[in-house]
Amino acid sequence: MDFAKYLGRKAIWYVIALFVALLLNFLLPRLIPGNPVDTIVSQMARGGGASGEQMKAIYAHYMQQFGLDKPMWEQFLVYLGHLAHGNLGTSFSQYPTSVNSLVAQALPWSIAIQLPAILIGWVVGNLIGAVAAYRGGWFDKGAFVGSLFASSMPYYCLAIVLLFVVGVHFGFLPIGGGYSLGLTPNLSPSFFGDAITYWWLPFWSLVIIFVGGQAVGMRSMAIYELGSDYVNYGRGLGLGDGRIVRYIFRNAMLPQITGLALSIGGMIGGALVTELVFSYPGIGTLLFSAISTNDYPLFSSITLLITLAVLAANFCVEIAYGIIDPRIRAAHSGER
Amino acid sequence: MRSIHLTPRFWVAASLVIFTLLVGLLGPLIIHVDPHATIGGLYDKPSGRSIGMWLGTDNAGQSVISNLVNGVRTSLFIGLVAGAISTVIGLVFGLVAGFQGGILDDILMGVTNIGLAIPSIVVVILLADALNGSTSFTLAMVIGITGWPWTARAVRAQATSIRNREHIDVARLSGARWVSILLWDVLPYLLSYVVMAFVLQMSGAILAEAAISMLGLGASGSVSLGIMLYWSLAWGSVRTGAWWAFLPPTLMLTLIAFSLLLLQSSLDEVFNPRLRRGRSRRRLAAVAAGTQAAVPTAAIVEPVLEGDRS
Repeated sequence: MDFAKYLGRKAIWYVIALFVALLLNFLLPRLIPGNPVDTIVSQMARGGGASGEQMKAIYAHYMQQFGLDKPMWEQFLVYLGHLAHGNLGTSFSQYPTSVNSLVAQALPWSIAIQLPAILIGWVVGNLIGAVAAYRGGWFDKGAFVGSLFASSMPYYCLAIVLLFVVGVHFGFLPIGGGYSLGLTPNLSPSFFGDAITYWWLPFWSLVIIFVGGQAVGMRSMAIYELGSDYVNYGRGLGLGDGRIVRYIFRNAMLPQITGLALSIGGMIGGALVTELVFSYPGIGTLLFSAISTNDYPLFSSITLLITLAVLAANFCVEIAYGIIDPRIRAAHSGER
Repeated sequence: MRSIHLTPRFWVAASLVIFTLLVGLLGPLIIHVDPHATIGGLYDKPSGRSIGMWLGTDNAGQSVISNLVNGVRTSLFIGLVAGAISTVIGLVFGLVAGFQGGILDDILMGVTNIGLAIPSIVVVILLADALNGSTSFTLAMVIGITGWPWTARAVRAQATSIRNREHIDVARLSGARWVSILLWDVLPYLLSYVVMAFVLQMSGAILAEAAISMLGLGASGSVSLGIMLYWSLAWGSVRTGAWWAFLPPTLMLTLIAFSLLLLQSSLDEVFNPRLRRGRSRRRLAAVAAGTQAAVPTAAIVEPVLEGDRS
């Protein structure tokens, strides 16, 4: 059973990677000198508002929740136990809201700008790249330099420029937030119609960059394939242009599909700063507020979530490759 | 060295990179204004009154142009340090794993694959937060020690292919030591690749620093392009139309990223003749004009293909 062996090996590696990721997520926030609960509770006390009784209750709650009086390894087990139950803990800064509900509120917004941008950008970018490689000439030159510029521009820089030019200077679109003040998020058409005006700018700032990256990748893959031996051989046999193009693009697509899967996996953490620029109510903005308020449970839950999504996408890609490409299976079951 | 063919794209990229280097190195000497000094009010408009006011003031009344040139210097410094760290780690891991093979290879590649699977931005965020009040140097270290895995994997792939070549056997038979084989017989074949990897690592590190700073985890008390953007966003310069506060760092970051990527892709063309299209097109024109005799037969294969395409 070649494939089962391959799958088993991969699964073991990913379990190890997952363990390392959990350990990093657990350990690094605790490296900070001093007890995080002390810091937080004293900050809350300085801010006023909470009485001594409440402070004590909050303090006891946190100490108990994190098991900070116990040794490190036991704390780690407690942490794993909570995670296994899908419990991400309680937010420090928005006590007593649970991290789960904060993340559940933010996640749809992030997906709403990222997923369409990735899918549309992928299709358009691959088309441009393929045509540029095949046609050559001025179209290739223009498309290549344009795509290279778009893909190398930091995505948040384009976001800032778009926000300024379209939102502030011309005033075409609203300049911040996810929906108009006074509305509450719901599934009604009127809310959707309002939210979509806020959605355009973040979407465009992401899709332009993504088209550029995909086009550059597809173009160089296709050029590489155009010069390969099987194409020469096909030409020698007198195969038609259409058939050769089909062969070329089937081979050139493989890494592009991987790229698509990995971008979808990296979606949650892919546009953190874009959301900041537009004050879009997604994961990036949530992470920003978690950092600025030292909200550790929220902070490490978000980093964990990003990691889990990326690990899962990587794993799926490896399995898919094992199924599609027999050479990869062979390489892993021994001979190089 | 007639074989090195420098394309126009290389010269464009090189001059853009040299321009940013000059801004970062000479800028702070010419713009002799302390980036931390208050020279005006909140978002004063640019004016020619003094050299520090050329790009107006930021939210704290500090000179934008002075922050900009010092920020470029910090960003370049972070890029160089982080890029060097990740390239060296990746190179050592990849060389040793690829050349040695066996159990050492398995261990090193296991570590590398774990490093590749965990998103590096998360590790950078976690580490930067754990360091709590980092300097630009520690931030560069953090970015450097998280960026190496893909270099390691790519270098390993190339080192494995070189391991079985004949000149390695000759070196072994003549009694060369392991380290000297690695340095003199394997490394030179990878150098062009390592240079390109370094350029990419550098641009990645500069952008990572900016993103980290904008998330609020920047080096405290230092001046960088990311920190300028952090403050200009926090104080709403985009919304109020104070373009001089956010546009210069935005454009500078774009210029740095674009010029480094262009440099990398033009170096790729210089080192890898397969990607060079301009010349084969010229040869193609020669073929079309009926001067086949002038073209070496080996060179015809490629142009024929390109002829069919265009």
